[in-house]
Amino acid sequence: MLTKRIIPCLDIKNGRTVKGVNFVDLIDAGDPVTLAKKYADMGADELVFLDISATLEGRKTTQNMVLKVAEQVNIPFTVGGGISSISDVEALLKCGADKISINSSAVKRPELITQLSNKFGSQCITVAVDAKQVNNKWLVHLAGGTIATDINLFDWVKEVEQRGAGEILFTSMDHDGTKNGFANTALAHMANLINIPIIASGGAGNMQHFIDTFKIGKSDAALAASVFHFGEIDIPNLKQQLKANNIAIRI
Amino acid sequence: MKNNKLVIIDYGAGNIKSIQFAFKRLGVDAILSNNIDVIKTADKIIFPGVGEASSAMKKLKKSGLHIIIPQLKQPVLGICLGMQLLCKHTEENDTKGLGVFNVNIKRFSNRVKVPQMGWNTINNLKSNLFNGITPETYMYLVHSYYAETNDYTIAETSYDGVYASALQKNNFYGVQFHPEKSGDVGALILKNFLNL
Repeated sequence: MLTKRIIPCLDIKNGRTVKGVNFVDLIDAGDPVTLAKKYADMGADELVFLDISATLEGRKTTQNMVLKVAEQVNIPFTVGGGISSISDVEALLKCGADKISINSSAVKRPELITQLSNKFGSQCITVAVDAKQVNNKWLVHLAGGTIATDINLFDWVKEVEQRGAGEILFTSMDHDGTKNGFANTALAHMANLINIPIIASGGAGNMQHFIDTFKIGKSDAALAASVFHFGEIDIPNLKQQLKANNIAIRI
Repeated sequence: MKNNKLVIIDYGAGNIKSIQFAFKRLGVDAILSNNIDVIKTADKIIFPGVGEASSAMKKLKKSGLHIIIPQLKQPVLGICLGMQLLCKHTEENDTKGLGVFNVNIKRFSNRVKVPQMGWNTINNLKSNLFNGITPETYMYLVHSYYAETNDYTIAETSYDGVYASALQKNNFYGVQFHPEKSGDVGALILKNFLNL
């Protein structure tokens, strides 16, 4: 049976992991390759690298990092952040990224999704969507959630699917950072509307949250950062718990 | 491990870097080439592919590889779309394949999410490609089209029913999953291929 996926997310700036990574037994927690290998050994199913470099030079450094990750890590990984053209995607895939993720650029130019999936195949195009509830409506936000749009989340994910994306990475900004659980009502509604895999993101605080997002939110995968980086949730333990709750998971 | 000149067919379709790195982790330097003479003189050949079937076939035809590949006598391993292109036909843009395997490739129905993306088990293993691999082992898969079970099936996976996740006919092997991305067990399959 196809299993649910557990995905640690690493924020990358100028080729280094940032935003607090606190593994006691890692000598250099800032090195993405070391960290990626550690997560792969622990049983992570996939990894996401989010490039938050502000400069072109920083992005080039990230490309070199992607090459090193591909060289040493034997599980699939996605790279997102600042991708806005065919040539950006080409460069990252050539460095060995398995999938790329686009976000703001897709909202600004939806035809980019079509172009990328035609050229590289749906399987490697993830569309990341950040949204929060405004007056009881889920609205898409841009630029890491700082800019509101009037685009309805559920209309948008349907369009994203129609344009050929292979997967949705949905971050609820209402839940992100709260450690109060994933946006399962919105996720379950989304799962009824579209037929491509959905990664839940934002809100992971304990193991029950993962059980809930797979059972109630109907998510195909769950992404988290700090709970893994700070060792609050141990991936092997998490996977045992999920299995004990009859959730299909790779041990 | 046997002395191997390993060539990865480089025809511009897909993530060949990952395959090259996977062999490098096994201590084998693979040659990337679309040169017919280089391919013909290899000991082992990897036929990769990621992306869309009809444009990949066009690329093969452009370099004459569509004639050469079915004639190869040494072990050939098609991976993902590479496996599908070794088959007779695929529903993906109604594309004629290389015909090594007399098998049709179909699209998953909408009863399941398409693409299948993630880790699923391989079962009913019937080839020395899987030496040391136990049934129910998880492999990484990303695909929207699949091979129905057939006479050449050497591994099965369940998604929208049971389908063939690996094929073999004589020197031709095909795997739908990505051994290069499937952790240590994936690496063992690549090692087994080198030892054929």
